[in-house]
Amino acid sequence: MSILVNSNSKVVVQGFTGKEGTFHAKQCLDFGTNIVAGVTPGKGGNVHLGKPVFNTVTEAIKQTQADTSVIFVPPAFAADAIMEAAAAGIKTIICITEGIPVSDMVIAKRFVRSNGATLIGPNCPGVISAGQAKIGIMPGVVFKKGNVGVISKSGTLTYEAANQVVQAGFGITTAIGIGGDPIIGTDYIELLKLFEADEETKAIVMIGEIGGDLEIKAAEFIKENITKPVIAFIAGQTAPKGKRMGHAGAIIAGSKGTAQEKMKALTNAGVIVSETSAEIGEQVKQVFI
Amino acid sequence: MNIHEYQAKQIFADYGLPIQNGIMIRKLEDARDAARKIGGDFWVIKAQIHAGGRGKGGGVKFAKTLDEVEKKVSEILGMNLVTHQTGPSGKLVKRVYVAGGVDIKKEYYLGMVLDRTSEMPVMMASTEGGMEIEKVASRTPEKIIKVEIDPLIGFQGFHARKLAFGMGLSKDQMRTFSKFASSLYRVYSDKDASLIEINPLVLTNNDEFIALDAKMNFDDNALFRHSDIQKMRDLDEEEPTEIEAKKYGLSYVKLDGNVGCMVNGAGLAMSTMDIIKHEGGDPANFLDVGGTASAETVAKGFEIILKDKNVKAIFVNIFGGIVRCDRIANGILEATKKIEVKIPLVVRLDGTNSKKAAKILQNAKTENIINADDLADGAKKVVSAATGVLK
Repeated sequence: MSILVNSNSKVVVQGFTGKEGTFHAKQCLDFGTNIVAGVTPGKGGNVHLGKPVFNTVTEAIKQTQADTSVIFVPPAFAADAIMEAAAAGIKTIICITEGIPVSDMVIAKRFVRSNGATLIGPNCPGVISAGQAKIGIMPGVVFKKGNVGVISKSGTLTYEAANQVVQAGFGITTAIGIGGDPIIGTDYIELLKLFEADEETKAIVMIGEIGGDLEIKAAEFIKENITKPVIAFIAGQTAPKGKRMGHAGAIIAGSKGTAQEKMKALTNAGVIVSETSAEIGEQVKQVFI
Repeated sequence: MNIHEYQAKQIFADYGLPIQNGIMIRKLEDARDAARKIGGDFWVIKAQIHAGGRGKGGGVKFAKTLDEVEKKVSEILGMNLVTHQTGPSGKLVKRVYVAGGVDIKKEYYLGMVLDRTSEMPVMMASTEGGMEIEKVASRTPEKIIKVEIDPLIGFQGFHARKLAFGMGLSKDQMRTFSKFASSLYRVYSDKDASLIEINPLVLTNNDEFIALDAKMNFDDNALFRHSDIQKMRDLDEEEPTEIEAKKYGLSYVKLDGNVGCMVNGAGLAMSTMDIIKHEGGDPANFLDVGGTASAETVAKGFEIILKDKNVKAIFVNIFGGIVRCDRIANGILEATKKIEVKIPLVVRLDGTNSKKAAKILQNAKTENIINADDLADGAKKVVSAATGVLK
């Protein structure tokens, strides 16, 4: 089992023929992801990487029954692409694009929700279900199959965590990068619910960072609703206030959104909190012993 | 991106928001002319820097004659202004705003920001104008009235009424306020602002609302569609190395320690700073060379880190995913040949082809490159290298 995506997911790539889209779509195909189509407005009718290209998502769905989309469209047009996918009936939309204006995302997220679709990202590495489907830009080789679910705001820190889990002798069910922007499509709570219900997932690794209060809300949710062990790490314990640390969302405003505040809330909720990012693998091991 | 008060007021004026007359000057000899043009018999001289708390730091002064205007401008222009937001080193004042005096009946606060919880813009108003709003929020939160504004419907009458009556305004004052607040919302959404603060918003003896101060920040991601705002950027207000880093697609934040860090990915970069601190060291910077680091970005990263003379050792922490580690290893070697890195370099390359990378670095026999097995090992090694224990 896995969550969100699996070997049956029929994937359409938006921004298929662009440089990023081409490069990563090829990597996904090599991994074994079931990509059925691509969309690039104006290039409909072509064949790219052995898959049909369409002008619109609606057309792609009609011809290929695609149910999942991954977006590599430049930031100025990405919110439009997200809404196009939702309007066309795609149920799982994964947006990799970094740098989308916040005001665009405010509208796009509401539209996605009103259409009953799930948006992952933006500004994220995507979703990978080990041994089944890689829909994003993460290095597939790191994610060996196993029983640990990963939810993370960060890209490379997710690879780091997954690698530690594998080195410790375990593996991954599904890993999701939820993105580091102020507004993201899906936060921890929705995914924690899915992992709780997924039989194969026996433990959950949750990686957060400074800024916002999603980790605090997740802590409250875990306390009441999650029976599986959760291991958490929060990046940015030494970050100065008021400075954006790479991700648009990673900024401490006033005294809100500090790593310390989040670590405390998680500890109080019974979560195993790693002091440093080097201990994640070891703590997963402790849970399984 | 941030802009100055006088620039924010220009934007306000374009949207019909009342401001007091004012002129920005950069030279002392323009002081008298500016005051004369503004007219009246009372002026305010305000330092233009991107930091709050200017009044307390001595960056805001009053004048009643043209002689006094000149004197106060000479005191502020060129001063090193230290406020609670500038840090101890302060900011050099290169621009001064000369503004007309306003008679004040009462001071309010009005602000707008994105509320990350409701995921909508929120407008906030308070009768506690002129105070530090963070303090008001923590001590007397009931004195801040908030309305979430759904962008699908925009700013409506009920939003204005909730704020105005919440502040105890009269019916007539409410009408004037409503017009003001509605224009403010237009400024916020048209310009892709991430924050607007008017503190104080003043009510004059004629029951007019005037923005006495103005602070605006913008969403960096949206700047591509606002060339007018881009032009307002003041590079004097930014760390030069941070500007240069941005040019090359690197994200750099200077800190005060002596351990330089070069990492791919923001989360991993933050957690690398954390683990250095955990091992007893002090990070000199945040540097994210991007999720897909290349030999070129690594070279540029070294250049930027080495501009900071406090740096005694550098920790290169790269998790190679799509980018293979052997390529990064070669990039590091090329870069160190080109720009002469004399201090110890602790290198930790993990992920795709990491064994091959370790071999490349070992074979190079470069004296100052120290190989680390994993994240914890690298952090320990770089901290002892920075203190001179490990060479």
